[in-house]
Amino acid sequence: MQEAMINKAKQLLADGTVSRVIGWKRGEFAYDITPAVFETAEELEKDFVFDDFTSANVSKYLVKESKKEGKVLVFLKPCDTYSLNQLTKEHRVDRDNIYVVGIPGGPKLDIEKIKAKGITGITSVKNDNFTLKIETLYGEETMPFYEAVLDKCASCKSKKHVTYDELIGEDGDTLESNRFDMVEQLENMTSQERYDFWRSELSKCIRCNACRNVCPACTCENCVFDNPASGIDNKAPADSFEENMFHIIRAFHVAGRCTDCGECSRVCPQHIPLHLLNRKFIKDINSLYGEYQAGADTTSRAPLTDYTADDCEASIVHERGVE
Amino acid sequence: MQVNDNKEFQPLIVAFCCNWCSYAGADLSGTNRLNYPTNVKIIRVPCSCRVNPMFILRAFQKGADGVILCGCHPGDCHYTSGNYFTRRRMTLLFSMLDFLGIERDRTRVEWVSAAEGAKFAATMNEFTEAVKKLGPNRRLEDLRCRKQ
Repeated sequence: MQEAMINKAKQLLADGTVSRVIGWKRGEFAYDITPAVFETAEELEKDFVFDDFTSANVSKYLVKESKKEGKVLVFLKPCDTYSLNQLTKEHRVDRDNIYVVGIPGGPKLDIEKIKAKGITGITSVKNDNFTLKIETLYGEETMPFYEAVLDKCASCKSKKHVTYDELIGEDGDTLESNRFDMVEQLENMTSQERYDFWRSELSKCIRCNACRNVCPACTCENCVFDNPASGIDNKAPADSFEENMFHIIRAFHVAGRCTDCGECSRVCPQHIPLHLLNRKFIKDINSLYGEYQAGADTTSRAPLTDYTADDCEASIVHERGVE
Repeated sequence: MQVNDNKEFQPLIVAFCCNWCSYAGADLSGTNRLNYPTNVKIIRVPCSCRVNPMFILRAFQKGADGVILCGCHPGDCHYTSGNYFTRRRMTLLFSMLDFLGIERDRTRVEWVSAAEGAKFAATMNEFTEAVKKLGPNRRLEDLRCRKQ
């Protein structure tokens, strides 16, 4: 797959269709893959990678890259195409300036899950027929592939590319996923249990802003959390209120626009299940205002910028679920 | 706030009222000499959809024990559709607060027209009683803002 992608990129660069390529390159470690922009065939040859760790959603880079001179080639997995569609809909990217090559999706691996098995000094990870062969400084280890899959891939919602100019490999279909299971489980707890659960999670927050910075829906040029007059700009939460506020507002600002790509939880250095907050909003929107998948198209109105005269009243919150 | 010898808990209620209906409704209940508790502090907003989720959270941060948002009845909005957006937004926000384990009865949306002075007073009486039962807001308070 990596070979086919490099060849495709080289060909499109050579015939002048595109002038830049957004993909992934190796970081300090083999599993430490980072998004990168390539401009020449040599760079591609040397650095471009596509393997089980290229999980980063690169669509957000298009906000800046698509406004530069010349077309940009981007490799998007199915889940990333939803983000691009949403950005196109909000006029945050110049779609005419982007050449999308759809590539097959995950499941991708989570290095933290491998490390959690006590495997250290990892030099390479190979997938051999759904058994991971992990080379370490201390010898070879093995573990089942599915035990190391990223949470966001374990509850994959779609293998279908919603926008592309060309495909490598085959297109899939949307999936029946179990992504709302955990939300439901929390909804069935008592208010006190939910409070305790979120206190134990959100109190880990160090306000690094990684969840905001990686989010393809968070593309405001002036963010409310950077406002020096707000008293909460770029500082660690001082108490439980500030932790709650940051996460409520962060999730609220992407409500109805979040495509559920799961990047927020993937990048969280404290492993807070942030996607649960987004999924709660998605679940509510689906049940109260009709099924809606952000990014599935570029024409529908987002649920929070739309209304009907007979929407339910806010008191519905008081009437349902567990006290 | 008030002279109170028996040390009964007195909640602080913040009421966001839209300029065109609910604020006028509050006025009417005043001119009609209807009683509603002094715990209620009214903040006038141009339209109920002016209220940003951050306003609600800020109110709790600064010591409110309950927040109520009043606007024109659906269909009667001075700006045609403002309260429809409020309705969706607040439903989602309240649902999220509930999801995070914050008592759901501390928040409410109520539609009060300029002619419903009696409804305004009744709503405030009832809401204040409900919050009084819940006790002080502890799950969404900012300790630095607590008044001893």
